Amino acid sequence: MATEVRIPTILRNLTGDAKAVEGEGSSLGELITDLDKRHPGLQERLVEDGKLRRFINVYLNDEDVRFLGGMDAPVADGDTVTILPAVAGGMR
Amino acid sequence: MLRINRTIYDRIVAHARRDHPDEACGVVAGPEGSDRPERFIEMANAERSPTFYRFDSKEQLKVWREMDDRDEEPVVIYHSHTATEAYPSRTDISYASEPNAHYVLVSTRDPETEEFRSYRIVDQEVTEEPVEVVEAEPAP
Repeated sequence: MATEVRIPTILRNLTGDAKAVEGEGSSLGELITDLDKRHPGLQERLVEDGKLRRFINVYLNDEDVRFLGGMDAPVADGDTVTILPAVAGGMR
Repeated sequence: MLRINRTIYDRIVAHARRDHPDEACGVVAGPEGSDRPERFIEMANAERSPTFYRFDSKEQLKVWREMDDRDEEPVVIYHSHTATEAYPSRTDISYASEPNAHYVLVSTRDPETEEFRSYRIVDQEVTEEPVEVVEAEPAP
Protein backbone atom coordinates (compact mmCIF):
# COMPACT_ATOMS: atom_id res chain seq x y z
CA MET A 1 0.00 0.00 0.00
CA ALA A 2 1.87 3.07 -1.19
CA THR A 3 0.64 6.57 -1.74
CA GLU A 4 2.60 9.10 -3.76
CA VAL A 5 3.12 12.40 -1.98
CA ARG A 6 4.20 15.48 -3.93
CA ILE A 7 6.46 17.77 -1.92
CA PRO A 8 6.68 21.57 -2.38
CA THR A 9 10.04 23.37 -2.80
CA ILE A 10 10.01 24.69 0.76
CA LEU A 11 9.93 21.17 2.26
CA ARG A 12 12.36 19.44 -0.09
CA ASN A 13 15.24 19.99 2.34
CA LEU A 14 13.55 17.23 4.37
CA THR A 15 13.24 14.79 1.47
CA GLY A 16 16.76 15.03 0.03
CA ASP A 17 15.43 17.36 -2.70
CA ALA A 18 12.92 14.73 -3.89
CA LYS A 19 9.83 16.26 -5.54
CA ALA A 20 7.76 13.18 -4.71
CA VAL A 21 8.04 10.52 -2.02
CA GLU A 22 5.99 7.49 -0.99
CA GLY A 23 4.28 6.64 2.25
CA GLU A 24 1.74 4.26 3.73
CA GLY A 25 -1.38 4.64 5.82
CA SER A 26 -5.13 4.32 5.56
CA SER A 27 -5.83 7.90 6.59
CA LEU A 28 -4.01 11.17 5.98
CA GLY A 29 -2.95 11.23 9.65
CA GLU A 30 -1.40 7.77 9.41
CA LEU A 31 0.27 8.63 6.13
CA ILE A 32 1.88 11.74 7.66
CA THR A 33 3.10 9.73 10.67
CA ASP A 34 4.67 7.20 8.30
CA LEU A 35 6.24 9.95 6.17
CA ASP A 36 7.77 11.46 9.30
CA LYS A 37 9.58 8.19 10.02
CA ARG A 38 11.11 8.26 6.55
CA HIS A 39 11.69 12.03 6.49
CA PRO A 40 11.99 13.24 10.07
CA GLY A 41 10.61 16.72 10.68
CA LEU A 42 7.91 16.57 8.00
CA GLN A 43 5.09 16.02 10.47
CA GLU A 44 5.97 19.09 12.49
CA ARG A 45 5.92 21.24 9.36
CA LEU A 46 2.46 19.99 8.41
CA VAL A 47 0.61 19.42 11.65
CA GLU A 48 -0.03 21.43 14.79
CA ASP A 49 -2.12 20.17 17.72
CA GLY A 50 -3.33 17.24 15.63
CA LYS A 51 -4.61 19.48 12.82
CA LEU A 52 -3.16 20.60 9.50
CA ARG A 53 -1.40 23.93 9.79
CA ARG A 54 -3.33 26.76 8.20
CA PHE A 55 -0.30 27.72 6.08
CA ILE A 56 -0.45 24.37 4.31
CA ASN A 57 -2.84 23.01 1.69
CA VAL A 58 -3.03 19.24 1.33
CA TYR A 59 -4.91 17.65 -1.56
CA LEU A 60 -6.05 14.09 -1.98
CA ASN A 61 -6.04 13.59 -5.75
CA ASP A 62 -7.93 16.75 -6.86
CA GLU A 63 -9.69 17.67 -3.63
CA ASP A 64 -8.59 19.83 -0.69
CA VAL A 65 -8.52 17.41 2.29
CA ARG A 66 -10.23 20.03 4.45
CA PHE A 67 -13.40 18.97 2.62
CA LEU A 68 -12.66 15.25 3.05
CA GLY A 69 -12.25 15.02 6.81
CA GLY A 70 -8.81 16.57 7.24
CA MET A 71 -6.44 14.24 9.10
CA ASP A 72 -9.13 11.52 9.05
CA ALA A 73 -9.49 11.62 5.26
CA PRO A 74 -9.25 8.03 3.99
CA VAL A 75 -6.27 7.34 1.75
CA ALA A 76 -6.11 4.36 -0.62
CA ASP A 77 -3.42 2.61 -2.60
CA GLY A 78 -2.67 4.53 -5.77
CA ASP A 79 -3.93 7.88 -4.47
CA THR A 80 -1.80 10.95 -4.94
CA VAL A 81 -1.39 13.45 -2.14
CA THR A 82 -0.12 16.92 -3.03
CA ILE A 83 1.22 19.37 -0.45
CA LEU A 84 1.36 23.07 -1.31
CA PRO A 85 2.06 26.09 0.85
CA ALA A 86 -1.06 28.28 1.04
CA VAL A 87 -0.54 31.63 -0.67
CA ALA A 88 -2.16 34.29 1.45
CA GLY A 89 -1.57 37.51 3.31
CA GLY A 90 -3.03 40.93 3.67
CA MET A 91 -2.79 44.41 4.96
CA ARG A 92 -2.54 43.61 8.67
CA MET B 1 16.68 42.60 -8.57
CA LEU B 2 13.42 41.93 -10.36
CA ARG B 3 13.50 42.37 -14.16
CA ILE B 4 10.03 42.36 -15.59
CA ASN B 5 8.72 43.41 -18.94
CA ARG B 6 6.39 46.35 -19.34
CA THR B 7 3.41 44.31 -20.58
CA ILE B 8 3.36 42.08 -17.51
CA TYR B 9 4.04 45.00 -15.15
CA ASP B 10 1.06 46.85 -16.63
CA ARG B 11 -1.19 43.80 -16.32
CA ILE B 12 -0.36 43.43 -12.62
CA VAL B 13 -1.14 47.10 -11.97
CA ALA B 14 -4.34 46.91 -14.05
CA HIS B 15 -5.51 43.85 -12.09
CA ALA B 16 -4.89 45.62 -8.78
CA ARG B 17 -6.79 48.73 -9.95
CA ARG B 18 -9.69 46.70 -11.31
CA ASP B 19 -10.24 44.73 -8.09
CA HIS B 20 -9.87 47.77 -5.83
CA PRO B 21 -11.19 48.13 -3.08
CA ASP B 22 -10.55 44.38 -2.69
CA GLU B 23 -7.03 42.99 -2.71
CA ALA B 24 -5.94 41.40 -6.00
CA CYS B 25 -3.44 38.54 -6.31
CA GLY B 26 -1.71 36.36 -8.84
CA VAL B 27 1.45 34.74 -10.13
CA VAL B 28 3.91 35.20 -12.95
CA ALA B 29 5.44 31.87 -13.89
CA GLY B 30 8.76 31.35 -15.61
CA PRO B 31 11.10 28.50 -16.53
CA GLU B 32 12.55 26.82 -13.43
CA GLY B 33 15.77 28.48 -12.32
CA SER B 34 15.57 31.20 -15.00
CA ASP B 35 14.35 34.05 -12.77
CA ARG B 36 12.35 35.29 -15.80
CA PRO B 37 8.70 36.17 -15.11
CA GLU B 38 7.00 35.31 -18.40
CA ARG B 39 3.53 33.83 -18.00
CA PHE B 40 1.02 36.10 -16.24
CA ILE B 41 -1.66 34.26 -14.26
CA GLU B 42 -4.37 36.23 -12.53
CA MET B 43 -5.75 34.39 -9.48
CA ALA B 44 -9.08 34.77 -7.71
CA ASN B 45 -8.90 36.21 -4.20
CA ALA B 46 -10.94 33.59 -2.33
CA GLU B 47 -11.40 36.07 0.53
CA ARG B 48 -12.76 38.92 -1.68
CA SER B 49 -11.59 41.29 1.01
CA PRO B 50 -10.03 44.77 1.19
CA THR B 51 -7.63 43.58 3.91
CA PHE B 52 -6.80 39.95 3.14
CA TYR B 53 -6.09 37.68 0.21
CA ARG B 54 -5.83 33.95 -0.23
CA PHE B 55 -5.44 31.93 -3.41
CA ASP B 56 -8.43 29.67 -3.94
CA SER B 57 -7.01 26.26 -3.00
CA LYS B 58 -8.42 24.38 -6.00
CA GLU B 59 -7.33 27.02 -8.48
CA GLN B 60 -3.88 27.00 -6.88
CA LEU B 61 -3.57 23.22 -7.32
CA LYS B 62 -4.51 23.52 -11.00
CA VAL B 63 -2.04 26.35 -11.64
CA TRP B 64 0.80 24.72 -9.67
CA ARG B 65 0.28 21.45 -11.61
CA GLU B 66 0.39 23.34 -14.89
CA MET B 67 3.67 24.94 -13.84
CA ASP B 68 5.03 21.54 -12.85
CA ASP B 69 4.09 20.06 -16.23
CA ARG B 70 5.83 22.93 -18.04
CA ASP B 71 8.94 22.90 -15.78
CA GLU B 72 8.04 26.32 -14.50
CA GLU B 73 8.00 27.88 -11.05
CA PRO B 74 6.32 30.93 -9.54
CA VAL B 75 8.88 33.67 -10.29
CA VAL B 76 6.60 36.48 -9.08
CA ILE B 77 3.81 36.26 -6.51
CA TYR B 78 1.92 39.54 -6.40
CA HIS B 79 -0.88 41.08 -4.40
CA SER B 80 -2.23 44.53 -3.69
CA HIS B 81 -2.73 46.59 -0.59
CA THR B 82 -5.67 48.93 -0.97
CA ALA B 83 -5.19 51.42 1.85
CA THR B 84 -1.60 51.03 3.01
CA GLU B 85 1.88 51.19 1.51
CA ALA B 86 3.28 48.51 -0.78
CA TYR B 87 5.28 46.84 2.00
CA PRO B 88 4.79 43.26 3.30
CA SER B 89 2.60 43.05 6.40
CA ARG B 90 3.23 40.66 9.28
CA THR B 91 0.67 38.30 7.75
CA ASP B 92 2.36 38.47 4.34
CA ILE B 93 5.67 37.56 5.94
CA SER B 94 4.29 34.68 7.97
CA TYR B 95 2.74 33.12 4.87
CA ALA B 96 5.67 33.67 2.51
CA SER B 97 6.85 30.21 1.54
CA GLU B 98 8.43 30.37 -1.90
CA PRO B 99 12.08 31.18 -1.23
CA ASN B 100 12.80 31.63 -4.95
CA ALA B 101 9.93 34.02 -5.62
CA HIS B 102 9.90 37.78 -5.93
CA TYR B 103 7.04 39.03 -3.76
CA VAL B 104 5.52 42.02 -5.54
CA LEU B 105 3.31 44.47 -3.68
CA VAL B 106 1.17 47.05 -5.44
CA SER B 107 -0.64 49.73 -3.49
CA THR B 108 -3.85 51.18 -4.89
CA ARG B 109 -4.38 53.66 -2.04
CA ASP B 110 -3.79 56.58 -4.41
CA PRO B 111 -5.61 56.44 -7.76
CA GLU B 112 -2.98 58.69 -9.40
CA THR B 113 0.28 57.28 -8.06
CA GLU B 114 1.68 53.87 -8.93
CA GLU B 115 3.39 52.00 -6.10
CA PHE B 116 5.00 48.78 -7.35
CA ARG B 117 7.70 47.26 -5.13
CA SER B 118 9.41 43.88 -4.94
CA TYR B 119 10.81 41.85 -2.05
CA ARG B 120 12.51 38.61 -1.21
CA ILE B 121 11.06 36.96 1.87
CA VAL B 122 13.21 34.12 3.20
CA ASP B 123 12.94 32.68 6.72
CA GLN B 124 10.63 35.56 7.71
CA GLU B 125 13.22 38.11 6.65
CA VAL B 126 12.23 40.82 4.17
CA THR B 127 14.69 42.36 1.71
CA GLU B 128 13.47 44.98 -0.73
CA GLU B 129 15.03 44.84 -4.19
CA PRO B 130 15.10 47.18 -7.18
CA VAL B 131 12.61 46.66 -10.01
CA GLU B 132 13.78 47.08 -13.57
CA VAL B 133 11.00 47.40 -16.11
CA VAL B 134 12.08 46.26 -19.55
CA GLU B 135 10.31 48.18 -22.30
CA ALA B 136 9.00 46.12 -25.20
CA GLU B 137 11.22 46.03 -28.28
CA PRO B 138 9.78 48.33 -30.94
CA ALA B 139 8.42 46.40 -33.91
CA PRO B 140 10.97 46.32 -36.78
